[in-house]
Amino acid sequence: MLELSLASYRYPGYAKTVLHDIELRLGDGEIVGLVGPNDAGKSTLCLVTAGLAPASIGGVLKGTLTLDGTPAGGLRTHELAERVVVGFQNPNTQRSGLAATVFEEIAVGPMNLGLEVPETLARTRGAVARLRLEPLVERDPQRLSGGQAQLVAIASLLAMRPRHVILDEPTAQLDPEGTRLVGEALKALADDGTSLLIAEHKTDLLDGLCQRVVVIDGGTLVRDGPTTAVFEDPELEAVGVEPPARIRLRRAAQAAGLDPRVLAGART
Amino acid sequence: MIEIEDLVHVYDGATRAVDGVSLRIRDGERVAIVGQNGSGKSTLVRHLNGLLRPTEGRVLLDGVDAATRRVAQLAATVGLAFQDPDRQIFAGTVKAEVEFGPRNAGLRDAALAEAVAAALQATGLEGDTATKPYDLGYSRRKLLALASVLAMRTPVVVLDEPTTGQDARGVRRVEAIVRELGDAGRTVVSISHDMRFVADGFERVIVMRQGTVILDGSPAAVFAREHWPDLASTYLEPPLAARTGAALGLGSTPTDRSLIDALAGQR
Repeated sequence: MLELSLASYRYPGYAKTVLHDIELRLGDGEIVGLVGPNDAGKSTLCLVTAGLAPASIGGVLKGTLTLDGTPAGGLRTHELAERVVVGFQNPNTQRSGLAATVFEEIAVGPMNLGLEVPETLARTRGAVARLRLEPLVERDPQRLSGGQAQLVAIASLLAMRPRHVILDEPTAQLDPEGTRLVGEALKALADDGTSLLIAEHKTDLLDGLCQRVVVIDGGTLVRDGPTTAVFEDPELEAVGVEPPARIRLRRAAQAAGLDPRVLAGART
Repeated sequence: MIEIEDLVHVYDGATRAVDGVSLRIRDGERVAIVGQNGSGKSTLVRHLNGLLRPTEGRVLLDGVDAATRRVAQLAATVGLAFQDPDRQIFAGTVKAEVEFGPRNAGLRDAALAEAVAAALQATGLEGDTATKPYDLGYSRRKLLALASVLAMRTPVVVLDEPTTGQDARGVRRVEAIVRELGDAGRTVVSISHDMRFVADGFERVIVMRQGTVILDGSPAAVFAREHWPDLASTYLEPPLAARTGAALGLGSTPTDRSLIDALAGQR
């Protein structure tokens, strides 16, 4: 269980508070989607939920982050990294810069946890297989396409076998197949009891993946509920979040004076 | 007119990222390039402004071989906004960032101010002229990178995944920019994984797989049912509107609008 309670945050050197009294709970095995317009605070909430803000980047956090009953404030960086991992929007920010091959890059995380070599290899191979990265293992991690780099970054997180995973637009640069593989990998993690928070603009992806969706606007959580209930909320578009295509098309049909049941006849 | 003739690009003597592509792109055409990750899309478009040079084949811009032009010369013809905005942003303020290109291209005073203002307006950054680029969130840094390219007023604009990280409003904004560029007779070539953006905003879709072009046509043609196996072979799926229209026997309806119109016409 990951719990964020009454969390407000401001970045170092700034007077403005960008998150306000956030209450967020991620249950074991739960996948929670985080949506909201640009600059609403999604990335900041990811940093705070992962414990990186303020521990690594500074700033001032009011409220508490608790990981499986332990306050995150008392944990050292490596202890934090064993409990919660975070994937960034831009995979280039995440690359270790230490590895000559993709395989080594994925192994950096488990190696840094001080695991035995056989365990490190097993985890790395497992993550490679999960995202079908076998053709890339010998490649230089600095010479990958944007989408390939993003898959490698996610594989690096999988290899950590984390209890909690925070992802900031994990599929932004992925093709539909990469997006599907990542979705399957995240579902498998959740089945093993990992809790996940996924910030995404692709509501179609969240629609099939999440039990719950939270909506952030202006640094405040304005909605928290079951996925379909949140996506069906007519207010959602007003905050700049587009519902999944199935809901969008149904509404477009209604707006054109058509019976939306004609769409339900389509087996896509 | 852009003419790409038998283009091959090999990285490190091993990876054939582009493997024999020939294309003609008319002035003012809006072209989307789609395909799986690593299919050669970014490699292909980087030949248009000389950032990459062909291993084999050539690229002609208005009949002139790009290989005979320096990158600085090509920059006056082809503007490219990178997938990762942080690879191109370097200035201290948003305004300075957007001014850099057109100033280098020789614009001064009122002409410079006008080009910069129009680009900031189009991308919705007009209120951020004094902001430090790295104080902007990722989505607005992407728009800043786009503004910097727009301000160059190049006849050809190349966008590498311009909607990545944009919310619904941001995507609509980029769509409007693409449409206005096309209306002004400027050529737009954009890479994207967002099939809805592609179907809504472009008149031509080029599908790549393993460094080659496997489909090339209008959204209605490319997303038609007979091509779904080809799309699947490069891990693409047509937009939901196309799948719904085909399932209902309405023909190829790649956009929400075309699907609803087809449904309404059936009544």
